[in-house]
Amino acid sequence: MSTIARAPEPAKASLVNDPKVRGLVYQAVLVVVVVGLVWAAATNAVENLRAAKIASGFAFLNSTSGFDIGQTLIPYSATSTYGRAFLVGLLNTLLVAAIGVVLATLLGFVLGVARLSSNWIVARVATVYVEVVRNLPLLLQLLFWYIAVLRSLPEPRASVNPGLGVFLNNRGLFVPKPIVEGHAWIVFAAVVIGIVASIAYATAASRKQTRTGEQSPVLLVALGLVIGVPALLWIVLAVVAGNPIDFDMPIKGTFNLRGGLQIFPELVALTLGLVIYTAAFIAEIVRAGILAVSKGQTEAAHALGLRSGPTLRLVVIPQAMRVIIPPLTSQYLNLTKNSSLAVVIGYPDLVQVFMGTVLNQTGQAIECVAITMAVYLTVSIATASLMNAYNSRMALIER
Amino acid sequence: MSKRIASLALAMGLGLVGAGLGATTASAQATLANVKQKGFLQCGANTGLAGFGVPDAQGNWSGFDVDYCRAIAAAIFGDPTKVRFTPLAAKDRFTALQSGEVDVLIRNTTVTMSRDTTLGLDFPAVNYYDGQGFMVRKKLGVASAKELNGASICTQQGTTTELNLADYFRGNNLKYEVVAFATSDETFKAYDTGRCDAFTTDASGLYSERLRASAPDDHIVLPEIISKEPLGPGVRQGDPQWADLVRWTHNALLIAEEFGVTKANVDQMVKSDNPEIKRLLGAEGSYGESIGLTKDWAVRMVKGVGNYGEIFERNIGEGSRLKIKRGLNALWNKGGIQFAAPIR
Repeated sequence: MSTIARAPEPAKASLVNDPKVRGLVYQAVLVVVVVGLVWAAATNAVENLRAAKIASGFAFLNSTSGFDIGQTLIPYSATSTYGRAFLVGLLNTLLVAAIGVVLATLLGFVLGVARLSSNWIVARVATVYVEVVRNLPLLLQLLFWYIAVLRSLPEPRASVNPGLGVFLNNRGLFVPKPIVEGHAWIVFAAVVIGIVASIAYATAASRKQTRTGEQSPVLLVALGLVIGVPALLWIVLAVVAGNPIDFDMPIKGTFNLRGGLQIFPELVALTLGLVIYTAAFIAEIVRAGILAVSKGQTEAAHALGLRSGPTLRLVVIPQAMRVIIPPLTSQYLNLTKNSSLAVVIGYPDLVQVFMGTVLNQTGQAIECVAITMAVYLTVSIATASLMNAYNSRMALIER
Repeated sequence: MSKRIASLALAMGLGLVGAGLGATTASAQATLANVKQKGFLQCGANTGLAGFGVPDAQGNWSGFDVDYCRAIAAAIFGDPTKVRFTPLAAKDRFTALQSGEVDVLIRNTTVTMSRDTTLGLDFPAVNYYDGQGFMVRKKLGVASAKELNGASICTQQGTTTELNLADYFRGNNLKYEVVAFATSDETFKAYDTGRCDAFTTDASGLYSERLRASAPDDHIVLPEIISKEPLGPGVRQGDPQWADLVRWTHNALLIAEEFGVTKANVDQMVKSDNPEIKRLLGAEGSYGESIGLTKDWAVRMVKGVGNYGEIFERNIGEGSRLKIKRGLNALWNKGGIQFAAPIR
């Protein structure tokens, strides 16, 4: 092979015609232009703000906010800083996004499967749900849920009390708030150990099944480990050393119930609206994903003797997931961003607290808008990265 | 990953570019010349506060603050209808003024030090002296704001109200739950639906909003006034001519009331011998020219909307649906604190 003479090297083309060099030059020019534009805009903005005598900079994050927020996941009061108010808003946004994503996925999968059901009524109900919900503007739906939730609930003095210290009125849902003390850590430790042990057991069971074909009662064992053992320990502790977990019960106050854990109607309405709306889209994605799996797969599974439940769970859904995950990611991002519509129903999310009150009290619009944009961008990119990682795990490994 | 960071930087950059270029249009220029050239005044108004600024079904605006916009338009153009209104929520109002979206902001806005000094704005006058109060349902049996411990309270965000509320409850060691909304409409609707025990805003606003309640007589206004709320028009800082014009519009309306110059008699009053009236109506001196207008600016204004007292009575006074007493807003020689610097 080596005896074949190498072709004479082509004459050196001038640098101008070298596609590689050209590409690099173009990219460099683009970077310079973009950086220049950003720099010009930033200096221009700072200059204009100074000329108009509008305060600028991020020092305001350390000054006292002076206003209160209804729902706070971390300690916050009017003497806290604007930076703390930002955190409160951010956590409220993340809370509603996290609850929303989980519930919307569950509801969406159920509806998507229901649309393909051979039961005429189930399929029609799912179709009507999807068509009605996804064709109405989300803003309208949020207002509907907020007003529907508020109007249908009694006022505090006539709270609904189904027992067990649970109260429901138009100020929200009140449940006993657990107060952890004494030996409670033993119960929590037992839960954690239970979860770890369950995972280990499930892994072992799956190996055993691959090896011998024998199935093990994974669900029962897991339930016993995660709930049964800690509950038993709790009872033992309660008998031996006094109740380890106390409950702060809601009691009737002058205006409203006092104590307990209060779930605000704004949170309920926002979660309800987002979940119901997004689930309609997820249902369609799930349906498309399932239909994308060829019918031959189902038939083959049936031929092997699998019933329709295990066929769906073990054959169809795993293949459908490959089609479902990418558009599902978009829906998660949409849900997170749509949570900013909280503004209209008074839920203190990031946009309501930071772009609403903080921006207005400080007057620093550019800073507040930039920070809020950066937060949504970061949250969205983080969600997308997680989902992409999951996607590459689920993707078909081709040989 | 580096690609992602690059695109992130690009997205942020473009956002900043937008913001930066947006700010250029706000650069201070002679507002009066600009308004004359456009042929109308762009006035930042409330989204809807009965008696102060509210559009009817046909889109015609009326109210106390709205008449101030009309007075300025009349002073400039001789026609009180040459105004266009931009309804602004409390949290958007200052940005709208800063960015040049409106020429003047007359929207029951409290004058405070930080608003005056850090927002790039000026507040040349106080056209209504107010204070913050509370409204509750009668059936709660509450007689004083001090009894509101544990209550949930609806308020509008981005207002001094929101801050005073926090101060008051902290100062009196009371607990409360705040529910804040972006517009006065949403705030009051939430209170009316029963979401809150109390609704708080400036006292004038309480009387105005009560008219919108499904059953106005079921609500009472508590006696405590927990803050000072001097409400006045705002302009961009750095245009002294425009600030002067707005300040003297207010002063001239007060002086007109003081000397009995009304919408009906202003044409006869021009012939008056009283030197104060002569200077006000341009029969003597050239005071109108000093603010970039003509001598008879105040004549046009009073002819268009009447004097301060007439504006007050028509929109919010005892003859109106709001039935607000003049109180602090009476002229200084009638027990109030509205005191105009003289035209001379």
